[in-house]
Amino acid sequence: MNMVKATAAEGAIELVPDVHWVGALDPGLRSFDIILKTANGTTYNSYVVRGSAGVAVIDTVKESFSDTFFRRLESVADYGEITTIVLNHLEPDHSGALPELLRRAPQAKLYISSRGGPMLKGLLHGEQLAYQPTRTGMEVDLGDRKLRFLQTPFLHWPDTQCTWLEDAGVLFSGDAFGCHFCDPRLFNDNVGDFRFSFDYYYAHLMRPFRSRVLDALELIEPLPLKVIAPAHGPILRDAPDRYVARYRELSASRLKNEAAEEKTLIIFYLSAYGSTRAMAESLAAGAEDATGVRVSLYDIEGGEVSPFVDLIEEADGLAFGSPTINGDAVKPVWDLLSSLAAVDIKGKLGAAFGSYGWSGEAVPMVEDRLRGLKLRVPVKGVRARLVPTPEELAQCRELGRELALHLTGRQESTEIDMAALA
Amino acid sequence: MPKAKVTFEDVGVTVTVPAGTRLIEVSEKVGAGITYGCREGECCTCLTKVVSGHEHLASPSVLEDQVLKDNFAPRHHRLACQAQVLGGEVVVKPA
Ligand code: FES
Ligand SMILES: [Fe+2]
Ligand SMILES: [Fe+2]
Repeated sequence: MNMVKATAAEGAIELVPDVHWVGALDPGLRSFDIILKTANGTTYNSYVVRGSAGVAVIDTVKESFSDTFFRRLESVADYGEITTIVLNHLEPDHSGALPELLRRAPQAKLYISSRGGPMLKGLLHGEQLAYQPTRTGMEVDLGDRKLRFLQTPFLHWPDTQCTWLEDAGVLFSGDAFGCHFCDPRLFNDNVGDFRFSFDYYYAHLMRPFRSRVLDALELIEPLPLKVIAPAHGPILRDAPDRYVARYRELSASRLKNEAAEEKTLIIFYLSAYGSTRAMAESLAAGAEDATGVRVSLYDIEGGEVSPFVDLIEEADGLAFGSPTINGDAVKPVWDLLSSLAAVDIKGKLGAAFGSYGWSGEAVPMVEDRLRGLKLRVPVKGVRARLVPTPEELAQCRELGRELALHLTGRQESTEIDMAALA
Repeated sequence: MPKAKVTFEDVGVTVTVPAGTRLIEVSEKVGAGITYGCREGECCTCLTKVVSGHEHLASPSVLEDQVLKDNFAPRHHRLACQAQVLGGEVVVKPA
């Protein structure tokens, strides 16, 4: 059966009365935005909503799929009828056909979130387009029905929003609740098994903005949903609430954290001869001394990146211990530090420490990386040449203590002159 | 040279700076939690709450003002990559 071919020839597909899918299938795509695998392609979903006093188009498609999109659109609306164009998200996979659509329907008013303004400029270079910035609660009147906007920033760009069609209970959710899964049967109760794709997409696109997902869920959960119409993958008309609940589940911590109200500090280290380990242990002891902080110690050599990433996502403070070998921190440390794009670590407390033979670059290099990852690094790291002396171990203990004080908001205030800052 | 004092409340550090210093020039060096993206006043990543001493910062440029508006920044919030300390005492923390 050639399912893909079968649908490609057809026109628009009705979701509910006077709401049609006019998107495009891209079964050949194998990776999306470079970082995401797409084993069976994706879809670019676009929708048309007809009201008694106007027609709205919600999102468009990737530019190379414009022809299909316009053909489907023409099967349900004339360009002259289009009063409203909504872009829930301006990434090129959804805004690709926008300039041409506006040429064909110049009377239509464009609605994007206010954070979309600069992106629109970046996309259209030179071309000036008038648009109406939206806010949560703002409505567009289509006569007998209304569209209402919900600002849901960072699902998956700063500009993302959702659009709610109240009378039909349809949420046009943009990238949220989507997945890269291409199946011309289109509806979640008809397509193949896309559960993996749904979770995988969440893990890569939504998880880095977990706290924003929770904010968005506060807006979405109260809605009496009948259909979630995302910008990629199956349209969720069978038990849409289940997918909202899944986002809630995926955005929560797995097991309850036993540390409860206590702050947590995780110390990761690697050690060739036990020196960096000894430093890690002193640091842990110092942090424990300060009380109020739950410390965990992990030897990076004994674990794998992915569960460590889970740990890091949940921790309040992170210290990384690496020996300096050939003028660099060791590879497993870099592997871990380069795997954190999928989690939100902004503003966590960071520190570095480690032993060295003759140069000791690892500590400042790791500190720089931590700053690059948007961690706070207020306490200077500790380095020890070869086997740490009792004084150096005492410095580690002090580092641990200071980290604990920072984590619990008990740090001593200091005053310095800018000239004294390196 | 006229001096000013900036306190980064989240790390408890006060720095004496020459008038005209931008917050970005100091905040990372003291390990404060203010984070940066574009560093050019466009992305709003560095949004910072001015806890006190708002009047001691140079007023925002037209561009900064627009970015603050586009991002629904509350009152007394500034972009740390843009805001310049002119004198007196200013207390800031990540938004
Ligand atoms: S870092 Fe982008 S606006 Fe300041
Ligand atoms: Fe996107
Ligand atoms: Fe997308």
